[in-house]
Amino acid sequence: MKTVQTVQSVPARKTSLAITNAVFVGRSIRLSLRNTEALIMAIVLPVMLMLLFTYVFGGAIDPGGDYVNYVVPGIILLCAGFGSSSTAVDVSQDMTNGIIDRFRTLPIRSLSVITGHVAASLARNLLATGVVIGVAFLVGFRTSAGFLEWLAAIGIIALFILALTWLFAAIGLVAGSPSAASGYGFILLFLPYLSSAFVPTATMPRWLQGVANHQPITPVIETIRSLLTGSPIGHHAWLAAAWCVGILLLALLWSVASFRRKAGHR
Amino acid sequence: MKNTAITIRGLRKTYGQQTVLDGIDLDVPAGTIFALLGPNGAGKTTLINILSTLTKPDEGKAAVNGHDIASERDAVKMSISLTGQFAAVDGMLTARENLHMICRLSGFSSSGARARTSELLRLFDLEASAGKLVKTYSGGMRRRLDLAVSLVARRPVLFLDEPTTGLDTVSRRALWKQITELRDEGITIFLTTQYLEEADQLADRIAIIAGGRIAAEGTAQELKSRIGEERIELLGDDEELLAAYATDGSLQDIRRTLNELAGKVSPETRIRLRKPSLDDVFVALTEAKPFEGVLR
Ligand SMILES: Nc1ncnc2c1ncn2[C@@H]1O[C@H](COP(=O)(O)OP(=O)(O)OP(=O)(O)O)[C@@H](O)[C@H]1O
Ligand SMILES: [Mg+2]
Repeated sequence: MKTVQTVQSVPARKTSLAITNAVFVGRSIRLSLRNTEALIMAIVLPVMLMLLFTYVFGGAIDPGGDYVNYVVPGIILLCAGFGSSSTAVDVSQDMTNGIIDRFRTLPIRSLSVITGHVAASLARNLLATGVVIGVAFLVGFRTSAGFLEWLAAIGIIALFILALTWLFAAIGLVAGSPSAASGYGFILLFLPYLSSAFVPTATMPRWLQGVANHQPITPVIETIRSLLTGSPIGHHAWLAAAWCVGILLLALLWSVASFRRKAGHR
Repeated sequence: MKNTAITIRGLRKTYGQQTVLDGIDLDVPAGTIFALLGPNGAGKTTLINILSTLTKPDEGKAAVNGHDIASERDAVKMSISLTGQFAAVDGMLTARENLHMICRLSGFSSSGARARTSELLRLFDLEASAGKLVKTYSGGMRRRLDLAVSLVARRPVLFLDEPTTGLDTVSRRALWKQITELRDEGITIFLTTQYLEEADQLADRIAIIAGGRIAAEGTAQELKSRIGEERIELLGDDEELLAAYATDGSLQDIRRTLNELAGKVSPETRIRLRKPSLDDVFVALTEAKPFEGVLR
């Protein structure tokens, strides 16, 4: 038998985690920009809802015309919900169409493909939030917030988006198909309506108040509202932060466990 | 120097009630092309997935490029490339973006990735459509891109699961040439195929898997000689086989057979000298229990 020269691997070094993450974030952002329909929906829908609430329902809810100041924080969160729900679909697509097996045979940490989608969702949603706030100013939103209040508000919005996105990522990981993922994700989008987003919870039937007051969206909304319009913040800020961090941690654990089960060594 | 690129011992895999691999033993010499043949559902893809660390075996051991597939998975990943049976490319990216992404993930620098991407686009004749979204590609173009993507990094062992399925004749020939060249550079190629003449022409060694086990293993020549010698066949008007006689292929043996036949069959009868093909081997080894792997 002829002697066989030993073949060296080229490139011989493993890709660093930083580069792996950067590549996947870049990929997900590119996919977001290409999925123009989802991108437009994520921006146009909340803007339309805001116009609907301020001009159509606003007069009935608050004849004084101050409703826009009340509703903006709610719209911002609604917008975050819409924008991050597509993460479930993106993740599910990657898990079901074969490309995940390509990533799994590379010498990289393949969980980064999910991290990429999460980072892109955060970027997408902050952009949409910016647009919503811009439109809010156009339709009469006025704020008492200074620089620090804005910073804190954006911080809590970002934390909320992050927690929600990881939750949708986990849903995408456990869903059997992209359309199932989109279906499950839809349920979460109803939560803002059962909160103080559009009307104070005190106006709801007593049994519903119990739900609305104790679900995570209400303290988050109240915190943003206080920061932007100067209403008393009370214990809302701590509750909001605790909810977001709690959901974030649970969703992270759920995602990592599901990813191991689906795309680990099985 | 290690001479064996892949060692497999007593590999078993069961899905639910169904035993797919029922004790596989194989040695693949380094720097050779090894073809795995077998009917649909025989477990070829399962075996490749186990060897490329995608799937866990239930029992048994295997080493790829000297690294254990269970305990040294990172080292195995550094030693292999895989083209799976189904294209694993990103439809929402262009071919160039797909290649560039995998280059970066495989350890190329940014400029190295750009150079390697252009090289592979040229090699796989994808330059004209390099900027189009892959979801608009035809099946064969997708397949070519998938192959290009798995050749991004140079690894000692290359797994190809039905690499030529869906390729036109020109692309298939080109791929055969590339595979042979890679082998000549010392790379070990482990491939599956449903085209037996492909295995016959390309592979240094062939194994046939049936009923969860290796039913036969050897060079194409060895496998063919297992099921018999050359035959003289008598054909009817519609080319149907009337009778067949074993022969060693020598002039005197053929003459003797024909002399014996002279008085017995009509002088118009047509004859054909036929060597056993890999198809004959395949059918003989797998037809007896065609669905065993599925029904067990
Ligand atoms: N993840 C899985 N879960 C359950 N059964 C599976 C799974 N993967 C493969 N099988 C079963 O294992 C058997 C072998 O499948 P495999 O894909 O390895 O066959 P194959 O030889 O590659 O077939 P083909 O020539 O059609 O590609 C099949 O009966 C298949 O249904
Ligand atoms: Mg297969």
